[in-house]
Amino acid sequence: MIVPPSDPTLEPQQQNTEQPVLRDDSNFASGKIALFQYCSVAVFLILIAGFWRLQVQNPQLYDERAQANSVKSAPLIAPRGRLLDRDGRVIVDNKASFKLMLARESFKEEHLRDIASGLDLDYDDLMAKVFRFRTRPKYEPMVLKEEMSPADLAFVDSHRDFFPELLVVQAESRLYPQNGMLAHVIGYTGEISQDELDDPQFAKYEPGQVIGKFGIERQYNDWLTGVDGQRQVVVDNRGTVRQVLATKPATPGKDLQLTIDLDLQAVAELAMDTGLKDVGVEHKNGAVVALDPNTGEVLAMVSRPTFDPNRFAGHIRAKDWKEINSNPDHPLLNRAIQDAQAPGSTFKPIMAIAGLETGTIDDTFTVHCAGGAVFYGRYYKCHLKGGHGTVSLHNGIKESCDVYFYTVGNKMGIDNIAYYADLMGYGKPTGIDLPHELTGLVPSQAWVMRTQHHKWYAGDTISVSIGQGELTVTPLQLTRAIAGLSVGGTWRRPHLTKDGAANDKPVTWPLDPKNVHDVISGMYGVVNEGGTGVRGAIPGLAVCGKTGTAQVASNDFVKAHGHEGNFKDNAWFVAFAPCDKPEIVVSALFEHGAESKYAAPIVRDVMKAYFDKKARNAAVQQQKNTLASNLRTVASLGLDGLIPGGKSN
Amino acid sequence: MSRYLSVRDLDWTMILIVFVICVVGVIQIFSATLDTASQGAWWKQVVYIVGGVALMWLALNVDYHSMLHYVPMLYLGSVAVLLLTSVVGEATFGSRRWIPLPGGFHFQVSEFVKLVIILLVARFLTDLHRDDLEIVEALKLTGLVSIPAVLVLRQPDLGTALTYFAVLFVGALLAGLHWKYIAAVVVILGLGLSVSSVFLKDYQRQRLVSFMNPDEDPQGTGYHTLQSKIAIGSGGMTGKGFLKGTQSRLRFLPVPSKDFIFSAFAEEQGFVGVVVLLSLYFVLLMRIVQNAQMAPDRAGKYICMGIAALLLCHILVNVGMVAGMMPVTGIPLLFMSFGGSSIWSSFIALGLVNNVRLRRFVN
Repeated sequence: MIVPPSDPTLEPQQQNTEQPVLRDDSNFASGKIALFQYCSVAVFLILIAGFWRLQVQNPQLYDERAQANSVKSAPLIAPRGRLLDRDGRVIVDNKASFKLMLARESFKEEHLRDIASGLDLDYDDLMAKVFRFRTRPKYEPMVLKEEMSPADLAFVDSHRDFFPELLVVQAESRLYPQNGMLAHVIGYTGEISQDELDDPQFAKYEPGQVIGKFGIERQYNDWLTGVDGQRQVVVDNRGTVRQVLATKPATPGKDLQLTIDLDLQAVAELAMDTGLKDVGVEHKNGAVVALDPNTGEVLAMVSRPTFDPNRFAGHIRAKDWKEINSNPDHPLLNRAIQDAQAPGSTFKPIMAIAGLETGTIDDTFTVHCAGGAVFYGRYYKCHLKGGHGTVSLHNGIKESCDVYFYTVGNKMGIDNIAYYADLMGYGKPTGIDLPHELTGLVPSQAWVMRTQHHKWYAGDTISVSIGQGELTVTPLQLTRAIAGLSVGGTWRRPHLTKDGAANDKPVTWPLDPKNVHDVISGMYGVVNEGGTGVRGAIPGLAVCGKTGTAQVASNDFVKAHGHEGNFKDNAWFVAFAPCDKPEIVVSALFEHGAESKYAAPIVRDVMKAYFDKKARNAAVQQQKNTLASNLRTVASLGLDGLIPGGKSN
Repeated sequence: MSRYLSVRDLDWTMILIVFVICVVGVIQIFSATLDTASQGAWWKQVVYIVGGVALMWLALNVDYHSMLHYVPMLYLGSVAVLLLTSVVGEATFGSRRWIPLPGGFHFQVSEFVKLVIILLVARFLTDLHRDDLEIVEALKLTGLVSIPAVLVLRQPDLGTALTYFAVLFVGALLAGLHWKYIAAVVVILGLGLSVSSVFLKDYQRQRLVSFMNPDEDPQGTGYHTLQSKIAIGSGGMTGKGFLKGTQSRLRFLPVPSKDFIFSAFAEEQGFVGVVVLLSLYFVLLMRIVQNAQMAPDRAGKYICMGIAALLLCHILVNVGMVAGMMPVTGIPLLFMSFGGSSIWSSFIALGLVNNVRLRRFVN
């Protein structure tokens, strides 16, 4: 097809002379050029009409959409208050994190599946959540993920154009201690559930908000929760804030100082773990509570097994929740306040004070123990097969003689026992500032009548006398009871926050100091005179304590069921020190620990830690004082005295 | 330079209009790229324009007849370079259009091939020396245009390939292709459009187009079109004002300095600005057509009309696209969109028109 070039240097007649001469070129295709012009006019008119439709006919519509694109109201998340220990050390802190929210104004439901798969969320869960939110105003964003992983951030960032409804908000998430330390006291936070929304405590909360779910986090939720602010911002297509239009600042939650001593807590946690290991039991269930009997302040509280609250921070995964929830050992149970068990022999000091106060016995009263005794036609064993021989009150407590207390209980009657047990705070909540405390049970004639519609069997009194039968207490109740007794009859409400009990009126009872002294001296014997709790002894310190070995099932029941369950006895130990002026009461429950002697070392370790720390602090204080007085001495000598020859001028 | 030629004979109206459009473009690029990584783009554009003016000067000094002489070489060269592009071209958003040059410049070959197509069509149709176009010749020419067009389409760049056929179509129209063939082409195009609009859902059509232009709408969701419509619509009658367009400045608009510069302009200057700017383009187009009418010979007419067709096609496709009336095909708006290749090829085209104009008395 290549034709010879039309060379302009050649004369026109030399070119293509064989071709016919064309018509005048200036008129060539003029009609078609005019057609092109008409078409152009049409094109421009159509374009202008299109712009008229967009810009003039309904600019309002697009104006709103442009605003919706760029103006976003983003919540300013108020950080939750921190939790501090009694020395002001931080227990629970916050860490900066990113929270993913769904701006429901621009949300399209067909995006949900892609969003769910991109963020590793459950589609049905998400759908249900969106459904729950449908009645709320559109401008309220919905939380999709409390804490975003780097992968989530990358997903959101790379899909901005497709999911403009995804809103990344800077937030602070909870940072809990590692290894489940203090987990049961602290609790955890999470998104408010439907049930909690109906709870009056959370009346002012709205779906999607984060609340304390458990422990201190729940109890002091209002104190710890700040007030979220809001910010109206102009964002670009990447979600970057370009301009702030209006700000309502967030009010951070208030810090909360606990009565917990982290040093003591750490020792208690460790003692519990190692104590369990020594015994070699597979179920590490139990609790430790340390109280200051003079104030009711809880110094340490441990429950085993524990859990990692960090897994709950934000939104717990269904898998994790299932794992924790289906654990037969119930790690979420705070055994210090939610595990009511027969107190066993730790009930004996209370029996003793009841006996003395009611005048049933006095310090000269003795019982002969031959390894058991018959009451109401039934033989009740003592834990020592050979018997204790003639037993006084002191030895009865020291040796934990069952026959002695069978006799006391039988003489005193169930209602007297119940009266003093009630006085000690058994059968009712201690009022500690933690949610869902169990009350335990103190059986009485009235209780049997009310619940089982028959008269009290006198034989049951015998079991209750040694802390068995229907009687159950929580470790905290036991600790509180012994604490009140140790200080002569003033029971203070156990509490976890500094100044938390400022307005409390302690329960007091005019116990005869002599009676109290008799009981305490028995408890001193338990630890220091070769009694059942010698493992709780600390050299140089007067520790008073009481062991307890409580059956979890009657002997008949165990016989009938063989070894189907874990029917090993629960081990208890409760102690306070120093005997004459108690500063600390510690109790340990060791489920299926078989023998109370395994509980005693745990209590001992905690106590030792307490007094060691006290000595250390005193030494430091003394050093400081010495230094200060030395400085004062130097100052009083005057500066001149320090400069050789200063005065010689 | 030939002694016949005089600077006064240049089409100064046309050049002035182009200058105004360029200034509007530079201002809009400034607004669209302020506070972004490509903040200095407006300055680069000024440099491109100055370079473009120089190229225009060159283009009007070489007699277009001698340019037509070199069409076979230019054509073969274009095809070769397009092939080269598909091999060494730098891929951006999944399409290979740019040849990297030393010094950080990227040379978009297809922009310059447009000019070669215009010259090719002019040369081919002139050489026929007939008043009507045989279908066989028309198919031959279509075949010739199709080779580079397919190469461009494979990059893939549907928009630019379309402009090649626009030039071909207008050329064939002028050359006297029989009405029944013109009608056939129009009917086939119309059928294709209506079939796609009846049988394809909106997003499917978008996907079909985005298959050809993956960089403009990677997911075929029409997100870019929507954002562009929002930008234009929110501009209203008088616009949001210079530097106040939220859609472009907050980058909801895709590439507001390039393909979507017109919506950025519509957002800030409103319907009034749109009418003024489109009027400028219309006058420019009409000046080019007028130059075609005054051209001394058929070759000149074909060249000018080819350029007019090119400009009209760019305006229709680009402005129609940003207003959501056309699928997203991503071609620049001539003289306004940021980019050296587009600016330079446009100025060379302007030079060609003036080239023809200057020689209107020579014959």
